[in-house]
Amino acid sequence: MENTSFKVSSSPHIRSGETTQRIMLDVIIALMPALFAGVFYFGFKALTLTVTAVVFAVAAEVVMQKIMGKPVTVNDLSAVVTGILIAFNVPASLPIWMVAVGSVFAIAIAKQCFGGLGFNFINPALAARAMLLASWPVDMTGWVAPRADAVSTATPLAILGGDATGQALPSVMDLFIGNVGGCIGETSALALLIGAAYLLYRGVISHRIPAAYIGTVAVLAFLFGGVNPVTMIYHVFAGGLFLGAIFMATDYSTSPMSAKGQIIFGIGCGMLTSIIRFYGGYPEGVSYSILLMNLATPLIDRYTMPRKFGEVKKSA
Amino acid sequence: MNIRTLTFKGGTHPPHSKKATENLPIEKANDPKIVVIPMQQHIGAPCEPIVQVGDEVKVGQKIGEAKGFVSSPVHSSVSGKVVAVEPRLYSGGMAVPCVVIESDMQYSVSPEVKPKGDIASLSADDIKSIIKEAGIVGMGGATFPTHVKLAPPPDKKVDTVILNGAECEPYLTSDHRLMLEYPEDVVLGLQALMKALGVEKGYIGIETNKPDAIEKVYEAAKGIDGIEVVALKTKYPQGAEKQLIYACTKREVPSGGLPADAGVVVNNVGTAAAVAKAIKTGMPLVERIVTITGAGVNQPKNLMVRIGTSFREIIEQCGGLKGKVGKVIAGGPMMGITQFSLDIPAIKGTSGILVLSEEEAKLPEPSNCIRCGKCVEVCPINLMPVNISTCSLADKHEQAEALNALDCIECGSCSFVCPAKRPLVDSIRVSKREIMARRRKAQSK
Repeated sequence: MENTSFKVSSSPHIRSGETTQRIMLDVIIALMPALFAGVFYFGFKALTLTVTAVVFAVAAEVVMQKIMGKPVTVNDLSAVVTGILIAFNVPASLPIWMVAVGSVFAIAIAKQCFGGLGFNFINPALAARAMLLASWPVDMTGWVAPRADAVSTATPLAILGGDATGQALPSVMDLFIGNVGGCIGETSALALLIGAAYLLYRGVISHRIPAAYIGTVAVLAFLFGGVNPVTMIYHVFAGGLFLGAIFMATDYSTSPMSAKGQIIFGIGCGMLTSIIRFYGGYPEGVSYSILLMNLATPLIDRYTMPRKFGEVKKSA
Repeated sequence: MNIRTLTFKGGTHPPHSKKATENLPIEKANDPKIVVIPMQQHIGAPCEPIVQVGDEVKVGQKIGEAKGFVSSPVHSSVSGKVVAVEPRLYSGGMAVPCVVIESDMQYSVSPEVKPKGDIASLSADDIKSIIKEAGIVGMGGATFPTHVKLAPPPDKKVDTVILNGAECEPYLTSDHRLMLEYPEDVVLGLQALMKALGVEKGYIGIETNKPDAIEKVYEAAKGIDGIEVVALKTKYPQGAEKQLIYACTKREVPSGGLPADAGVVVNNVGTAAAVAKAIKTGMPLVERIVTITGAGVNQPKNLMVRIGTSFREIIEQCGGLKGKVGKVIAGGPMMGITQFSLDIPAIKGTSGILVLSEEEAKLPEPSNCIRCGKCVEVCPINLMPVNISTCSLADKHEQAEALNALDCIECGSCSFVCPAKRPLVDSIRVSKREIMARRRKAQSK
């Protein structure tokens, strides 16, 4: 029996198995080691905050898309990623309703109001963090010591910056595995690196932004910190640098697409972070650096268009 | 074997899907009772039919005269009687004048078909005219008349001929089988092309997923001065002209220019074999190897098919269609053209007939671009496909032009990798057509 209705379309007639959903799932998988570290160090509250952030992020996406009469696309899992990242950017002591507010802000305002996935000009999770920090600065910096209930502590960078007198710096090993105060997802460089290895292996991110970012911070911390390798090590492993460089500066929507642009973006993030940390009034600089560079992304994209194959050099 | 492995920057890795036919020897297709021979099987001006209804024709007899320089004559692939000269549908998607011949199954050969002697006794001009008269065109699928490539403008110094044996399109194995079964013809054809152009250097590039073909062609070319067999990294679009030239010579064809601007002429291995055949036997291009494959075909095969045989007859010899068929494609899955009927003839550029199942042919639903940059990474021309596409979809074709839309080679790598399944190359094609139409309009004013 002949089928007379062959489909006619323009080539190519095959597509790769890669989907947006698969990419987001990979990011979620890559975030899991850091989530385990967060729960291990900061207890069950860390998990509650994360789940809350995810639920509100997804719900906000559904509601906004319904209101705007758009197809609901929560299946692409991007709201889940945003939710997890918001929770990772708050301290475990934060009241649960606050993280929910953050999630709604991230999705409803920073993402959906600008057109949804791919159109947001700043990273929604970082926008939420900035909003929460501006609104409830005390709650957002109420650090608790790892593996100890309700003992307040300071972050290594605060100690290093002299903001928290009387507290001793944690050892480099504690810093690396995450046994220090800080936001839920940022403390364990080790867990974040495992996630990075997975993302690189899956080809979800390239090494360009994280390497340029972390490398720049390392070099500048070494120079600004009085040519001191110890200062450099603390600046690289402490705070949200790994979380930011691996998971947030690499956000597709808000970072450049060309290879050259990504390197410029990474270096820019690194310079801003170092300047804020050493010369600003704030011990941590990752989130604002990335937000500022997000704003520069369209400009970077414009000036880093790759040289097209066979381009004839224009004679002056 | 001491062979270099070369490649280009960018590109992607679609599944090869060649297993079904890569080990199947070329079979002779059943004799068609009727052949429909289009007068346009090449890029350029269509041919003028020179036979009329009722005429008796023989195999190899010219039935369509080339009109203009960029054109190529057409010959009968059977002997028999002309029963119609009329427009018929062909694989390019429209109706073109065709000569329809009813075969007498005798295959009596036209008296014009005579061996032309060996290459050493032929001059460059002899070879060019043999190629022109034999109706040889690019058999990789683009069907650009070969003799035109052999006459580069005098100010362009061509010093290299490259044979394209990459066969980077998934599914297709016609070039692979050709290189395995007729490696001497490929090499002889290259020698003829080199002599016609007066060049000393010839490359035969073959992708590494065909090690047996590399070996056979290497053996066939051993000891011949100036010919180098090179392995090409298996990567799509390795067989794209500009990418192949870059891989072999590290020269870039200037934007908007021709291979001759980089001192190179590229031909498909199938074209070279056709040249060898035309010299050895005098037989013009009247048959070719076609890979018939895909989930929608019962018995995939590599067939030697007479030009003008209908897809329907060819597929019937392959056990017919299997299951629910989604798409029938002339060519490969990356750049082939979908057909809405099986009643179209195989032509000089039909490298394959690919039948995809209904499931495989499902058109993906596009979603928001997530700016992952994968299209930028794979673009072999270093364009930013997503940006051109955005302009195109917004009808801003001037902006698309400023983003170098015209440099796009339409290989489809961007659409292939896009996780959001956006119609990237589709929309770039629209812009290209639109820009060219506007240019023509501006010129005619």
